[in-house]
Amino acid sequence: MSAIANAPAHDHHDDHGHHHKQTFITKYIFSQDHKMIAKQYLITGLLMGIIGIAMSVLFRIQLAWPEQSFWIFEALLGDTWAPDGVMSPSIYLALVTIHGTIMVFFVLTAGLSGTFSNLLIPLQIGARDMASGFLNMVSYWLFFLSSVIMLSSLFVESGPAMAGWTIYPPLSALPQAISGSGTGMTLWLVSMAIFIASSLMGSLNYIVTVINLRTTGMSMTRLPLTIWAFFVTAIIGVVSFPVLLSAALLLIMDRSFGTSFFLSDIFIQGEVLAHQGGSPVLFEHLFWFLGHPEVYIVILPAMGMVSEIMATNARKPIFGYRAMVASILAIAFLSTIVWGHHMFVSGMNPFLGSVFTFTTLLIAIPSAVKAFNWITTLWKGNLQMNPAMLFSIGFVSTFITGGLTGIILGDSTLDINVHDTYFVVAHFHLVMGISALYGLLAGVYHWFPKMFGRMMNKNLGYIHFWVTAIGAYGVFFPMHFIGIAGLPRRYYTNTNFPYFDDYADVNVIITVAAIITAAVQLVFLYNFFGSIFFGKKAVQNPWKANTLEWTTPVEHIHGNWPGAIPSVYRWAYDYSKEDEHGNYVIKGQDFVPQTVPLQKDEEELNH
Amino acid sequence: MTVFLVIIVLALLAVTGWQISKIFQLSKRPDADTSEVANDKDNKLHGILNLAFLIFLYVISIYCFWEYGRFYLPEAASEHGGEYDTLMFVSIALIMVVQVFTQGLLHYFAYKYKGEKTKRALFYADNDKLEFIWTIIPVIVLAGLIIYGLFTWSDIMNINEEEDPLVIELYAYQFDWRARYSGEDNTLGKANVRFIEGVNQLGVDESDSYGQDDKIVTELHLPVNRPVLFKFRSQDVLHSAYFPFFRAQMNVVPGMITQFGFTPTITSEEMRESEYMVDKVKSVNEERNEKNKELLAQGEPTLDSYEFDYFLLCNKICGQAHYNMQMKIIVESEEDYNKWLEEQPTFGSTMAEQSEDADRPEDTAGDQPPATEGEEDAEGEDNTEQTPQETNAVAGVDNEQN
Repeated sequence: MSAIANAPAHDHHDDHGHHHKQTFITKYIFSQDHKMIAKQYLITGLLMGIIGIAMSVLFRIQLAWPEQSFWIFEALLGDTWAPDGVMSPSIYLALVTIHGTIMVFFVLTAGLSGTFSNLLIPLQIGARDMASGFLNMVSYWLFFLSSVIMLSSLFVESGPAMAGWTIYPPLSALPQAISGSGTGMTLWLVSMAIFIASSLMGSLNYIVTVINLRTTGMSMTRLPLTIWAFFVTAIIGVVSFPVLLSAALLLIMDRSFGTSFFLSDIFIQGEVLAHQGGSPVLFEHLFWFLGHPEVYIVILPAMGMVSEIMATNARKPIFGYRAMVASILAIAFLSTIVWGHHMFVSGMNPFLGSVFTFTTLLIAIPSAVKAFNWITTLWKGNLQMNPAMLFSIGFVSTFITGGLTGIILGDSTLDINVHDTYFVVAHFHLVMGISALYGLLAGVYHWFPKMFGRMMNKNLGYIHFWVTAIGAYGVFFPMHFIGIAGLPRRYYTNTNFPYFDDYADVNVIITVAAIITAAVQLVFLYNFFGSIFFGKKAVQNPWKANTLEWTTPVEHIHGNWPGAIPSVYRWAYDYSKEDEHGNYVIKGQDFVPQTVPLQKDEEELNH
Repeated sequence: MTVFLVIIVLALLAVTGWQISKIFQLSKRPDADTSEVANDKDNKLHGILNLAFLIFLYVISIYCFWEYGRFYLPEAASEHGGEYDTLMFVSIALIMVVQVFTQGLLHYFAYKYKGEKTKRALFYADNDKLEFIWTIIPVIVLAGLIIYGLFTWSDIMNINEEEDPLVIELYAYQFDWRARYSGEDNTLGKANVRFIEGVNQLGVDESDSYGQDDKIVTELHLPVNRPVLFKFRSQDVLHSAYFPFFRAQMNVVPGMITQFGFTPTITSEEMRESEYMVDKVKSVNEERNEKNKELLAQGEPTLDSYEFDYFLLCNKICGQAHYNMQMKIIVESEEDYNKWLEEQPTFGSTMAEQSEDADRPEDTAGDQPPATEGEEDAEGEDNTEQTPQETNAVAGVDNEQN
């Protein structure tokens, strides 16, 4: 396999980058260069992230101080949705829905995987660009289009989609049931259909690039873990996203063409609908067949980047490279057969529940292996506490905390009483929301010099990390306790249940923590955008890393390497490697880039 | 204008921040490290902060368990609930042990091995034995949990028809619940939304003789210590019948009938008198009294004093008044239950009454089908009116006994 793959990608454009006259439009807008597309993804993703997080702050304010008047509601939501500054129940549900959609798909799928797969795949495997630069460009612009459509649904008169990000029909299918299921839902579906097309084009590109365009010597077992993660993520995407597309198409047909895939026996607003024979449970199956792999689409790239960043900053090889790859593959495989754990009480056969409990708890095993391997990577390291490293440590911390509660939710019995409560909200925010965001932020801090040729301010980075780390736990740790006490999620207010009255204080604490955490992201934005223009100029390899991207010049050129593509002679993790005399392999430096041939008497000790 | 001022203030603050950072930059000594890469000083500081963060994590965990642990639901009021709680406690204990242990290692290592220029990291790429250990331990522990969990799961979900459970239909619609008791034959009459008309709000098939003795009510009464089998039906969208106190939940799906069975074991009164609930109600009422002082000062209507009752709530997003779709549940002695049930009209008699009243259309006009409720009040505020269900005589008596 690797013999074929290693056939050098003959550089018919070794001398590239000199004879292309680029206009502003081809360079910055309709660019086919993977590095520019990565930046486009990142900045679009960050902008969507600002909107998504701002929404969460709005509904957190409502949850802490229910049905009270705030000028900010009036200013942002207007008279229709916040009469006298009091948030209405409909817009509450809309905010929850769009927050979920934006964060899961637009920020953590496109913003994370889109950015770093694009940036790192060609650079780390030693390729001039993606297999198809054009497809890559189309992929970004479809993503952009779907973002615009999703945001435009916020301005629809009857409101954006309100049925939750899982858009379960019949609620999402019937405008009679909730106003957001009118035009708002149509736009949601159109936007997601385009998003899926974009994601598929991106994923196919990543897969083909990783398989075919690796440089000489870059066998699959020498790939950095980032690439393994992106590669497998893309495969999961290709397997599962089409199923969501089919669910969306069937839902569009139910909504607009009178079919009955998901609808049956419905009496609403004084009349019986003609739909007969469909099943909402079918939709749940289709949705979660994507929906569950989706959380791994979100978390795997973060895992890959954390592995890479952690090894670099610990000045140590990642512990158990093969186990890390094997666990990525195991997680990917298992992720497609666990979807039913979202549906233990959906009315499906309890026997299916048993099967899904079994597969779900199985997936904890590779996850545990990964966590232990990261911890061991820190052991006896020489840890360089760059902001990216701190976010990586933070990632492992939240991944463990959130992952452990998954053991409770994945158990069909225990799920009965915590299903759809705040316990679930706390669990998935920690394990995939916060963790993946930490992965994204770690990636931004680490590869910022590669993307923009400048350094981000580290002290602002430190402030950003510590406040975020404490704030995130402040938001989500207490949330477990009100969830396990039986408080349902997606409630506009809990005041109709006096039983829940004494949880009100917890909700205030959570909201305050959320506001602080959201506010400190402004420090990051200031640092990010400020550093693009005013940051200190970066050196070629600021973190002393082994991977190929740091062998390219700081200035971006089309084709990545000015001369021939470098060949690879070793894996990416030869940090602090010593010869038998106790000297570093290369005198005076504790790292051996992948491009350095094996030294005399040196063993390839990777695995 | 305010917005404009706020923008100006923010802009000025940003400028201030920028200027201050400039000053800091200028005041740095020329030999200062400006590489933006962590140096030994940073490593030391953030190593220590990692340790501090670990302490923070432990403290917040202890605080939450101490302060919020009491929020955990009271003793389960159903037969299987005890098993559920045991499994829950075993799982929580287990994950907390792992949590304390792994977080400890993670952050302690981050502190212990903080980088120094003179130090060297250990090239340590692999150890099959270690990997085997931490693969096999989760395998064993999880296998135990899976087996334990699955036994409990099949205990709960397999309904034993031989116990002759009381069959009750729970009917969900935006945004309320109805219960249909199956009557003396313990068999529900057939029903479909296409039969909904006039007072037949649940679409019970009039031609099905099993349905004639069914009783449709707005409040759920359950006899203590008798197995109950719930059949769930929805009229419009997905709902979820969530009985937190009984550790029971099942989605309510339009177009199909789902089911869940349990045996209530603690009557409403016993629960009310339990130490847990006395404390809980006291603390809730204290808070309500606090709030009432504020409300009185503002001249607004005050909150009623709270008394505990079991409730059923909707736990699947179902529309804008989802947050207030609840039903009161009363668990009582077999006697009280029978007495109450006797007073409820059967479906047959209700329908007979309707046909008698057919000449007087103005009466039936008040009986709108349930689906029209709640759709007009676009802001959902009116829905609170539904909360105190039309209480009937027996419920009133029950409350007075306290």
